[in-house]
Formats: sequence, structure tokens, C-alpha cells
Amino acid sequence: MDYDDVAKFAQTWGLVYFAVLFALVLLYALWPGNQKNFDEAANIPLNDGPLENGEDQ
Amino acid sequence: MNDSTARKGIGLDVLTLGVFLSVLVLISLFLTAKTQDPLMRVHAVILLGAFLLGVTALFMRAASGLDFDQTRYEEGIIKAGVVATVFWGLVGFLVGVIIASQLAFPNIMYNPDFGWFNFGRLRPVHTSAVIFAFGGNALMVTSFYVVQRTCHARLAGGVWAWFVFWGYQLFIVLAATGYVSGITQSKEYAEPEWYIDIWLTIIWVSYLLVFLATLWKRKIKHIYVANWFYLAFIVTVAMLHIINNLSIPIGLTEHKSYSLFSGVQDAMTQWWYGHNAVGFFLTAGFLGMMYYFVPKRAERPVYSYRLSIVHFWSLIFIYIWAGPHHLHYTALPMWAQTLGMTFSIALWMPSWGGMINGLMTLSGAWDKLRTDPVMRMLVVSVAFYGMSTFEGPVMSIRAVNSLSHYTDWTIGHVHSGALGWVAYVSFGAIYCLVPWVWKRKRLYSNDLVEWHFWISTIGIVFYITSMWVSGIMQGLMWRAYNSFGFLEYSFVETVEAMHPYYIIRMTGGILFLIGALIMAYNLWRTARGDVRKGENVPDMAPLPIAIPAVG
Repeated sequence: MDYDDVAKFAQTWGLVYFAVLFALVLLYALWPGNQKNFDEAANIPLNDGPLENGEDQ
Repeated sequence: MNDSTARKGIGLDVLTLGVFLSVLVLISLFLTAKTQDPLMRVHAVILLGAFLLGVTALFMRAASGLDFDQTRYEEGIIKAGVVATVFWGLVGFLVGVIIASQLAFPNIMYNPDFGWFNFGRLRPVHTSAVIFAFGGNALMVTSFYVVQRTCHARLAGGVWAWFVFWGYQLFIVLAATGYVSGITQSKEYAEPEWYIDIWLTIIWVSYLLVFLATLWKRKIKHIYVANWFYLAFIVTVAMLHIINNLSIPIGLTEHKSYSLFSGVQDAMTQWWYGHNAVGFFLTAGFLGMMYYFVPKRAERPVYSYRLSIVHFWSLIFIYIWAGPHHLHYTALPMWAQTLGMTFSIALWMPSWGGMINGLMTLSGAWDKLRTDPVMRMLVVSVAFYGMSTFEGPVMSIRAVNSLSHYTDWTIGHVHSGALGWVAYVSFGAIYCLVPWVWKRKRLYSNDLVEWHFWISTIGIVFYITSMWVSGIMQGLMWRAYNSFGFLEYSFVETVEAMHPYYIIRMTGGILFLIGALIMAYNLWRTARGDVRKGENVPDMAPLPIAIPAVG
């Protein structure tokens, strides 16, 4: 395997790899079942209350 | 200290750190005794002193029989981190003003017989002080705060977290003293020599473990997006740092080393590192900051959590490939240059997605821009993030780069990101943190925040506009030919033409430094518990309406 083979591999399969990865991310982000979790997650900074069994906040 | 409770016996954290520090004392003692290299000896003595101090502090702590109160958040380290951030910020900005003055008036602090304060040595002091000392401490302190609060878990690792903090300060001292005395491996943003690199690796891996262990202890099932950004920052910086600094020292008691890479491979590794220092140190980490402090300060949930997920994964997977745009028109293969350029342009999307997400989080709270100068600082930082991530891809295009590369345009671009985005989001976070961890109702003075904001903003505008004009002029003068096909200008003529812009840039830097000094004073009074009389205080109480996140 010489330099050209590596370059060619990077230039073709790299694209496929990225497209698949991006599709998976979109699928995860847009999956309807995840909506409720994400709504809760968006509020995490606003709910940073005291530690469990903790005294102060 | 109300952060302590009585303890039975010595904890595992104290024991392991004690053993580790003792080994380090022995190594540095050996180094001090054996080295023939005077520069290395100075550093060996600093190391020995620092490790002895560490062992002493640890011993006194163990002897006092006190332990951390596990029912509270760790806030001592947050206070220490805030102080370190502000201190190193002032140092970094001051050195920046000095080197900007040296460029405008070359005789300032120039001594041909004593090189310590010449431009070439102070320049890395400035870059490292602002990026690693100021920015690094800001990232560390906010990451320690945010990971605790969003996981509902106390910082893990006990005294090891403090080892990370003090060890990082030691790294900064070693790096800075090395630069002025002439210890450098001449890699941009990676100037420290091999033994300082090893030290930073130890600190960084400990930092990663403390962070991961805190995540592991979390009581909240979902790992909040800010922690993903912080984690990407920590992991990637570790990888970049280790690979770019692979080198062989000329001897175990010598400071000098040679890189494992050479030629174009060396250049590519360096800019893979260099650009991702921007992408992961100066962007991903600070985005973590944005995703916590903007919603918190605005008292609104993240605008779109789905967008934040797409933002995260696309940003980290695209950024890592953008480095080759630093090597246009070099020996790097053309396809690799084009790849770097393409990925840089693709970065527009996640960057602007993140900017929109940050800005839109203010939906329903836009009035805070008028009443709360800290909120305004955070929002302006996100706006600067948008601006510099627009400018960056433009400059990465080969044709534009042929004009902009090696000119002051690059310096202006870096500073719109560094001053506008990185420093402002850090200032905003610190203005939030000081009243929170010192348990004060509000800042000492909101008017002083207003002064800080406006003085610094004018300073940034001076800086970036002067560098745009100077940079584009410089680029055009370099490429100008006369009718005989000769270069129109000699190099020194381009230098002469830039003189007024260098003075404007210096003025901008001075204004930015003044703003930071005002901030330091305001924070100091806040920590003391003072409140300035007769000020119009904005209402910080949350509004009763809860606005749900979009998606």
C-alpha cells in the first residue's frame, strides 16, 4: 500500500464515514422518543439544587 | 473553613498523592544534583521547591485530621481558580500591551546584551499566558463548577483535584520562566520543552480522571451538553499535546530536545495541533462554558437541546480536519490543503448553529441585555464567536489566504476570537461565579461592569479594525508589482506603513487591560462582601413564566 492508496482511501471512504456518522447524530437528535429527555436536559442548568443529603446549595 | 469534617485515618487520595509527590521530590533532587545545564538547573530547583511545598501541605493536611465535607460541593477550588484566572489574565494582557508597544516602538525593553525581555521571548509569554494560563484556568474552574452542579455530585478525587490546580500553575511558571530565559522548542503554542510537556501530560491526565470520576458519580442520568464539550476539550487536548510534542531530549538532564517529525510532516503535525488548540481549547471548552452560563444567567433553558447535540458532534468531528489551511501554498499535498479548506468552510454550520443556540436561549429574556451588563458581556461574546467563525472560514479559502497569510489580518482574526469570544465569555462566567461561590447577593457594582464592558469593547474594536486595515494593506503591498515586473515595495516600507495601525492596536490593548483591572477591583470588593451605595440594581429575580425549550 503506497501513498496514493492511502490518499485515495481517505478521499472516498472518509466521505462515507462522515455521511453515516452525521446521519446517526441526526437520527439520535431528532428521534421523537428522545424529545422528553431533551426537554428535561435543557433545564439542567436551572435545576442545580443542593447535593443529595447536602446542607447548602 | 466550613468545607471540612473530621476524618478517621488517612484517605486513599492523600496516600497516593503523598507517594507520588515523594517520588517527584526524589526525581527533582536527582535532576538538581546531576544536571550540567544551567537553565535546566533553575527549573530543577523550581520543581524541587514546588514538590517539597506540596508534600509539606499534604502532610499538614493529614496531620490536621480534617477531610473534605462530602455533603457539600467543592467550592474552595472554584475560589482558587477564579483568583488564578483573574491574576493570569492581568499578566497576559499586560504582556500583550508590552509586546504591542514593542512592535510600535521597537526600542521599548529591547536590550541586545540581555535577551530576556525582547519581543521574541515575550511573545510566547503573552500567548501562553492568555491561552493556557488565563483561558486554561477559566476552563478548569468553570468545568469543575459546572460538572458538579449539572451532575449533582461533589468533585471527585479529593486532594487530586488540588494537585491538578497547583500542578497546572507550576506548568505555567515553568513555561513562562523558560521562555524568557531561552528554553523553547519553537513550536507555536507548544513552546515548552520536553520535561515541561511531560509534567503537563501528568496534570492533564489527572484532570481527565477527576472530571470522569465526577461524571461517574452523577445523580442526574443525562450528561448535560456542557460536560460533553468540556470532555471533548480535555480528551482532545491530551491527544494533541502528546502527539505534537513527541521528541527526544539530547540528555535526561538537558533541557533541549528534537522533534520526532521533520519537514512537511512536522509542519502538518504542528498545525493539526495548532488549529485544534483553537478548536478544542479555545472553542469546545468555552462552548461548554456558554451552554451553562448563558442559560443560567438568562434563567431560560437551552433554546434547542437537539441543536446542541448536532452542534457538538458535528463541531468536534469537523474541527479536527481543518488544520491544513495553515499550510496553503506549501509542500503539503494540494489535496490535503483543499481538504483543510473544505472542512474549515464546513465548520460554518456547526459554529453558527451553536451561536444561534446560545443567542436564542435569551428568548423571553432579551430585556436583560439592557439591564444586566454581565448578560450583555455573555451575549456579545457569542456574537464575537459568530463573527470570528465567519471570518475564519473565509480566510481559509486558498485565494483569500494568498492575501491574508502571514499578515496582521491573521492577528486581528485571532484577537476577535480571543478578546471578543474567549475573554468575554470567561469574564461573564467569572462575574457570575464570584457572587455564587463567595455567597454574596450581588456584585459590588454593576456600574463598574458597565465601565468594564464599554472600555474593553472599544478596545477590541480598535484592535481588530486596525489589524484589518494594516493586514490587508500589508498583503497588498507585498504582492504589488511595478510596470517592469519588479516588486513595488521593499519589506521595510511595508513595516513603516503599518506604524500608525500598531499604535492604534496598542491603544486597544491598553483599553482592554484597563477594563480587566476594573473587573479585578470589582470582584475583589464583591468577594469582601461590599456593595456600592446608590446604584440602580437590576431585578435578578426570575420571571414567573416558564418558557419550554423548543426541541
